[in-house]
Amino acid sequence: MFFETAKLAWRAISRNMLRSFLTVLGVVIGVAAVIAMVTVGNGTTAKVQAELSRLGTNTLFVRPGQWGPGRASSEAKRFSDKDVLAIQEQVTGLRAVAPLNRGTATVIAGGANHSSSVIGTTNDYLIAQDWDLALGRPFLANEDRGSQAGCIIGETVRKELFGSANPVGQNIRVSNVACPVVGVLAVKGQSGMGDDQDDTVLMPLKLHQRRIGGTTTISSIILSAQDGVATTKVQSDVESLLRERRRIAIGREDDFSVNDMSQIAAAMTGTTVLLTGLLGAVAAVSLLVGGIGIMNIMLVSVTERTREIGIRLAIGALERQVLTQFLVEAVMLSIFGGVSGIVAGLALAYGVVSFLGVPFVASPTIILLAFAFSAAIGMVFGYFPARRAAQLNPIEALRHE
Amino acid sequence: MTLPPIITFRQVSKFYGHGEATIRALDRIDLSITAGEFVSIMGPSGSGKSTAMNIIGGLDVPTSGEYLFQGIPTSGFDRAQLTLLRRHMLGFVFQGFNLLARTSAVENVELPLIYRGMDHRERRKRAMVALEQVGLKGREGHTTQELSGGQQQRVAIARAIVADPAVLLADEPTGNLDTKTSTEIMELITRLNRDNGITVIMVTHEEDIAAYGKRLLRFVDGHLASDQVQVKEHDHVL
Repeated sequence: MFFETAKLAWRAISRNMLRSFLTVLGVVIGVAAVIAMVTVGNGTTAKVQAELSRLGTNTLFVRPGQWGPGRASSEAKRFSDKDVLAIQEQVTGLRAVAPLNRGTATVIAGGANHSSSVIGTTNDYLIAQDWDLALGRPFLANEDRGSQAGCIIGETVRKELFGSANPVGQNIRVSNVACPVVGVLAVKGQSGMGDDQDDTVLMPLKLHQRRIGGTTTISSIILSAQDGVATTKVQSDVESLLRERRRIAIGREDDFSVNDMSQIAAAMTGTTVLLTGLLGAVAAVSLLVGGIGIMNIMLVSVTERTREIGIRLAIGALERQVLTQFLVEAVMLSIFGGVSGIVAGLALAYGVVSFLGVPFVASPTIILLAFAFSAAIGMVFGYFPARRAAQLNPIEALRHE
Repeated sequence: MTLPPIITFRQVSKFYGHGEATIRALDRIDLSITAGEFVSIMGPSGSGKSTAMNIIGGLDVPTSGEYLFQGIPTSGFDRAQLTLLRRHMLGFVFQGFNLLARTSAVENVELPLIYRGMDHRERRKRAMVALEQVGLKGREGHTTQELSGGQQQRVAIARAIVADPAVLLADEPTGNLDTKTSTEIMELITRLNRDNGITVIMVTHEEDIAAYGKRLLRFVDGHLASDQVQVKEHDHVL
């Protein structure tokens, strides 16, 4: 009996394929939007988590201002060399303290030039980031002091400027600063946010401050705790030290932040939650409109098939059986929309994740939920037309032209 | 002990409208039809013959009076019970055939059996037997549009008899057919009445079609004007 009903419903739907498709378009778009966003979101989260587990949780990021949505950090006071020195001397349990100044500059070698991220730092940066050298060596002491120039380049920069040749010992110009290449970083690939980590040039902090940034301050510090040392303790030690050094009165908020990767990830997820909520609202409206579309077309269908309904009622179909038939048709229609939406959404998500370079993580929960939701839409909006069909007077229905 | 009549009307009336505008479609009709009869019903339009058919068919209910089916009063029946009466006891043949469009002959015939919850193979077997009885063997795969009017009416008759009903209700079964096809359809209905013992109640406005019945009822203005047994001039050797 159920199989018969399903077959009948499918026949009615496929008889008007274009109309059926247009009817469920609202459901398709709603479901596709949700599936695509959630899948892309999952991919990004997975990428960030993979990054986290690679970096370990013992890395802390110290920045001026507060980290998080809606917090301006540009006005907060930057750090000085003395802050870095104080952390190195007074906070225990640290493996690396890497001051960091970051900018973008054009890098030139021979006839080739390439725009890249340029980071002024120390050898501790390589330790904190777990970054090996593929070729050459880290900075020497005199380079660190700034008395001699030296650059370590990432794989992407090497490829752009030198092709397959060995760049160690060659000279490059970083925004008018002549700098011999002393090392090449091992390949790391893309970061969780989708940027190329190998597209970078490292130079000693002193050289960067003087010749590129034109400053004596430091924009951020990366800390790496020793194994077995609780990052929370290091975090609070660094916070109290910096509060003291920056003379922040008791009861006032920090004008800097010390976070580990998971806290930063959580801050980013906060934005995602807002976005997901907004998207959910759009999807709800779209599904509502889609449901009304289904109800409308089912009412048209009941009117068109009045005579058929009359025949069925006359030869022994119970109200319940006619109701079921039209309800199954509406549910099948909306499931058809839901499944199309799931397929379209996954395809869209696949395109986007390929573009962003994050993994494709399809969530079975959301797919199942979308499926159930579209079925429910058909049930709710198909009920009224189905009931109208079931309650037709067979005599009048048979007379209907 | 004798069996009760299959159809009994006791003072059955049917009114439409209210007050001054009330139309008395049926006015206190008494009637009884015995199993195995072939009854023709005639009358001008508005005489109440269609209303009587609708009440017999369980599609309509009397305003007053009692309609008994096989001696059982139906006045307490709800919509579902009337549906079950139609499903198990009655077969319908209409003037306009009323087959499902774009559906094959055999699927049309199977329709009443689907609602009985019969399984696919049994259904198909019985539908094929019914189609053979109406002389449409080999045409089961044709859709409604691919069949002539006479063939469509044969499919409709097969659909009406597939569930072995006690009564076949035919409302102007030859109204849309030419004379030759009408004769064929009437011979088929006569044979079903004679050989299968199905009670036939048929509404028509053509005297020569009505003559196939063994009994003729004439309705005028909601009353039964005459009720006579007919001489069997149409007792052909079929």
